[in-house]
Amino acid sequence: MRLGLVVDLDVCVGCHACAIACKEWNASGTIGPLSDYQPYGAEPSGVWFNRIRHYEMDEYPNNKTVNFPMSCMHCEDADCVTVCPTGASYKRPEDGIVLIDQDKCMGCNYCSWACPYGARELDRSSGTMKKCTLCVDRIYDLELPVEERQPACVLTCPAHARMFGDFDDPDSAVSRTVRERGGFPLMPELNYNPTNTYLPPRSRPVIPVDTKPRGGLKESIKQFANRLVRR
Amino acid sequence: MHPAFSVIFFTVASGAGFGLFSLLFIADFFKLGGSFSNDQLVGGGLIALSLVVFGLLSSTFHLANPKNAWRAFSRFRTSWLSREGVFAVVFMPLALIYLASIMFDAPQWLRVSSGFLTAVMAWITVFSTGMIYACLKTIRQWNTPLVPANYLALGYASGSLLLLLGAVVAGLDTTPYIAMAALIMAIAAVLKAIYYFWIRSPGLSPTINTATGLTRAKVKLLDTGHTHGTFLTQEFGFQIARQRASLLKAVVFVLGFAVPGLMLMWIFNQQGGQTAAIIAAFAGLAGAAVERWLFFAEARHVVNLYHGAQRC
Repeated sequence: MRLGLVVDLDVCVGCHACAIACKEWNASGTIGPLSDYQPYGAEPSGVWFNRIRHYEMDEYPNNKTVNFPMSCMHCEDADCVTVCPTGASYKRPEDGIVLIDQDKCMGCNYCSWACPYGARELDRSSGTMKKCTLCVDRIYDLELPVEERQPACVLTCPAHARMFGDFDDPDSAVSRTVRERGGFPLMPELNYNPTNTYLPPRSRPVIPVDTKPRGGLKESIKQFANRLVRR
Repeated sequence: MHPAFSVIFFTVASGAGFGLFSLLFIADFFKLGGSFSNDQLVGGGLIALSLVVFGLLSSTFHLANPKNAWRAFSRFRTSWLSREGVFAVVFMPLALIYLASIMFDAPQWLRVSSGFLTAVMAWITVFSTGMIYACLKTIRQWNTPLVPANYLALGYASGSLLLLLGAVVAGLDTTPYIAMAALIMAIAAVLKAIYYFWIRSPGLSPTINTATGLTRAKVKLLDTGHTHGTFLTQEFGFQIARQRASLLKAVVFVLGFAVPGLMLMWIFNQQGGQTAAIIAAFAGLAGAAVERWLFFAEARHVVNLYHGAQRC
């Protein structure tokens, strides 16, 4: 099994609800708490597993805003795991989820240096590294109804921009969507083989912004007549 | 990258310590300049060891959760950080055996073999320190074989200057020590120059386009999505102005190589000159510290692509 997320850049509206739902669930989850520093102060900051950035693609008038949610990619070749000196970082062989054992982490930051996606953040209050768990404490919870055994970010997304599933199964919903929509990984040239896949924005016809060309003599007389009548 | 002072002190001090110890063995084996007395060798060895130990201790200051530091020896098979710790710990007893065999006049084979093994272990440890940085694909300024080469060359250069100071204080014939220091410093300076030349051009590195996968048009950041700084901006956001970096490179070459080089000539012509040897050693160490600070300051992690950098 290779569990991961599909993020649809075409429909993401950039509302940050995934990040909020993630924080809400994980603050009391297996890896919690997710400390905040000065949450109501002048310089609010804190630990988040989801971060949403906003980009502009191409230039006016062909520009498009792309909202870009990112979390841990649960890479196949995760350097964050191999560089860890204490063995706190590990990748589960059964489902490919990358996790951090909070009891073993010494807070050296080395794994965060090895991660190109900025998925790992140090919690300054516990002194340990923290990261997305793919809601490992949700997706296997037999107490929950089957349709709720999904990561909090996927469940909460109002635009259905996120999908969760098994990438090893070629017939799973995520595998099919990635095939049909031409999904892509981020920074493939670094060879981390990220599991999470992004769907590209669809191309749409450009909305014309030019002013209409002025007509000749006939058009001017017609407009003049129109104005007279309207008065 | 944010330059952490504990790591800068650690790499400079332990590099100099490992370098000094290895060269001390060479000086002992070849009886350079009429040879140090046994007590002087042991004293020098203890100075080198304390540099290593203080360096290693200071490296634990940048840990956010040092109570788990002992676990760092457990992933020897995959992690260079773990390997460095293991090699540094293996180095200690070997070094102590060598010093003991000098002190208690042990048979020559024990003295030579333990000294040789200690020198090799010192080399491997400094190489591992360099590989901690060189193995990261996320930072192009570090992901080059020049990094471990620089770490080794600068460690040995600092060590050779400290050894020269020892030879001057002990009143030995300084010529072989001057020659050794000059040669190692020349190699270190050339390697550093190649490194600075190499990291100037980006080469094939990730861009904001490959980072976002939006490769068919220009991409620019509109909003980072966070109110204030995050762990990512604090750890990786550090940027140094190009002009300031160039100035500091000049400082590295003047302090680290030119001043000690001039002092070497001074000592050679005067046959003596403790002040000159002290200036050479401290200028060399200061140059190495500036070099290490710049090594961190100039490194650009690819996560900056997600914070608006067009390329790293």
